[in-house]
Amino acid sequence: MDATVRVVAAPPQRPRRGWRLAAFVRDRAAVAASVLLGLVVLASIAAPWLSAHGPYEADNLLRYAPPGTPGHLLGTDQQGRDEVARLLWGGRVSLMVGIVPTLCASAIGLALGMLAGMLSGFVDQVIMRTLDVLFAFPIVLFAIAFAGAMTPGIGTEILAITVVLIPYVGRLARTATLGVMAMPFIEAARAAGGSPLAIARRYVFPNVLSPIIVYATTLMGLMIVVGSGLSFLGLGVQPPTADWGAMVADGRVVLRRAPHVTIIPGIAILAVSLAFNFIGDGLRDALDPRTGRRAG
Amino acid sequence: MSRFLLSRLLAVIPVMFGVSVVVFLLMQIAPGDVATALLGPQATEQAKQELRHTLGLDKPLPVQYGRWLARTGEGDLGVSIATQRPVASLVLPRFLNTLLLTVASLFLAILIGYPTGLFAALRAQTVFDRSTTGLTLLLGSTPPFWLGLILVLLFALRLRWLPVSGMYDMAGDGGLADLLRHLILPAVTTALGPAAIITRMVRSSVREALAKPHVRVARAKGLARRTLLRRHVILNALPPVVTITGLQLGYLLGGALLTEVVFDWPGLGSLLYDSITARDLPVVQGTTLLVGLCFVLVNIIVDMLNVVLDPRLQEG
Repeated sequence: MDATVRVVAAPPQRPRRGWRLAAFVRDRAAVAASVLLGLVVLASIAAPWLSAHGPYEADNLLRYAPPGTPGHLLGTDQQGRDEVARLLWGGRVSLMVGIVPTLCASAIGLALGMLAGMLSGFVDQVIMRTLDVLFAFPIVLFAIAFAGAMTPGIGTEILAITVVLIPYVGRLARTATLGVMAMPFIEAARAAGGSPLAIARRYVFPNVLSPIIVYATTLMGLMIVVGSGLSFLGLGVQPPTADWGAMVADGRVVLRRAPHVTIIPGIAILAVSLAFNFIGDGLRDALDPRTGRRAG
Repeated sequence: MSRFLLSRLLAVIPVMFGVSVVVFLLMQIAPGDVATALLGPQATEQAKQELRHTLGLDKPLPVQYGRWLARTGEGDLGVSIATQRPVASLVLPRFLNTLLLTVASLFLAILIGYPTGLFAALRAQTVFDRSTTGLTLLLGSTPPFWLGLILVLLFALRLRWLPVSGMYDMAGDGGLADLLRHLILPAVTTALGPAAIITRMVRSSVREALAKPHVRVARAKGLARRTLLRRHVILNALPPVVTITGLQLGYLLGGALLTEVVFDWPGLGSLLYDSITARDLPVVQGTTLLVGLCFVLVNIIVDMLNVVLDPRLQEG
């Protein structure tokens, strides 16, 4: 959240796009992470073409096959289902659970934060005090309780994570909006007769957007982990649908006999979450040139 | 200062009120009918109507909330649907176990994070510093439930040093040594993520403090390194570190919920998990309320501690 402070002080001039891209490309970790993430996304989309087996296709004669078994590169689980196939199909669900709620929460949080920051007074108080209350719950507890109170399923999981994230994005958006509103160019726009809506669209939104993008990228990494935790608890997708968290839960039962069933999906979660973090770091440096390379 | 602290304490009341509203509403959105859940699917419509009337479920929501709040205030959290026991009597012993796990994890996270962060800051850009940074990034992205299973695989199943799950051995004497052996893996699992975050925070605030002009002056003056660190660097670096540690306590409380399921630790997390599986909503409600209120309290204590450490914050 140190991005808040930096962004508030960011100069309001129109960003030079080419320059920003150059800064991102110079960050080797961020580029490598983007490539990795791109490959994972593509592989998940292309799951039906990439894997020789279906995700539910069980080979009863080949249960607990270790990685390297011919025809099953990463082995099979306790039902004889191919790990590669489940990993690829599971990626669809896991990525969706990490990305979709973050996007939804970012949009809603951005709108609420800008509203609170621009209107101040009563509206600000109502929005922020409400968000404060949601803020009062540990993120995992609220997601568990919310998902637990409803019927389990992917919709519930996405909704639970969205609700949990809104206060986080909302707070950041409000702080950033307040920073922009204090800038002289806002006063100038007002003096020139700009309507609040026009000011919001032309001046506030573009300036508030970049910290939200950076924050949302990091959040996606975190939510891949939180979402897989909900699936691990059985609050998300239901069996036999594959999902990386649910796959870890499957493996837990056969941890002694076939540890690869647990280990492999966990590495996938870890790698994707890490990739989002590196991309977030790279974006932060690229979108706010004044911070330069990470100083700390 | 005491007036300031009092005002902060009073500010908790609306938040706690809000927390109670959210927990109450959470149970309202739950699908399924309480009367059917209590009486079973064979119950007649009339019996269900009567039960709804006795429970006050036919009253408008604000009235229901008011009654619920009044009862909760008296310590009556309702009756568990699955076990027919008062929720309070189920939740409290579990709460102590969760507290034990959380405090042990916090202790561990501090024990790892503070010295590592300090050392990394003092040896900036060395191999130690770089590998610490890399490791903290890695741990920050590791799913804790998965980490727990990997630790079980290594230390319990393969090396057989530690027990797989539970709090005491069935055949054991139930003594402190047995408890500690069972505590190690869950505590490490819960602590590593927060330890990584604390390490990073300690490192960056110590580096920031080291760069302050008064530290340079003190150094130029020839102040002994030890005194310099103690009096000028650590004291200055402390407030953000305390804040982040406090935030981690909340995170630990949430993380412990998941760890408990992995290790069958008999705390609130496994209770919450079991009651969600059994759709025992009164227990879910009681647990959520209790953890939520604890989180609010922890945050306010951290806030106050910060003001004590850095009186300048009072003006803000």
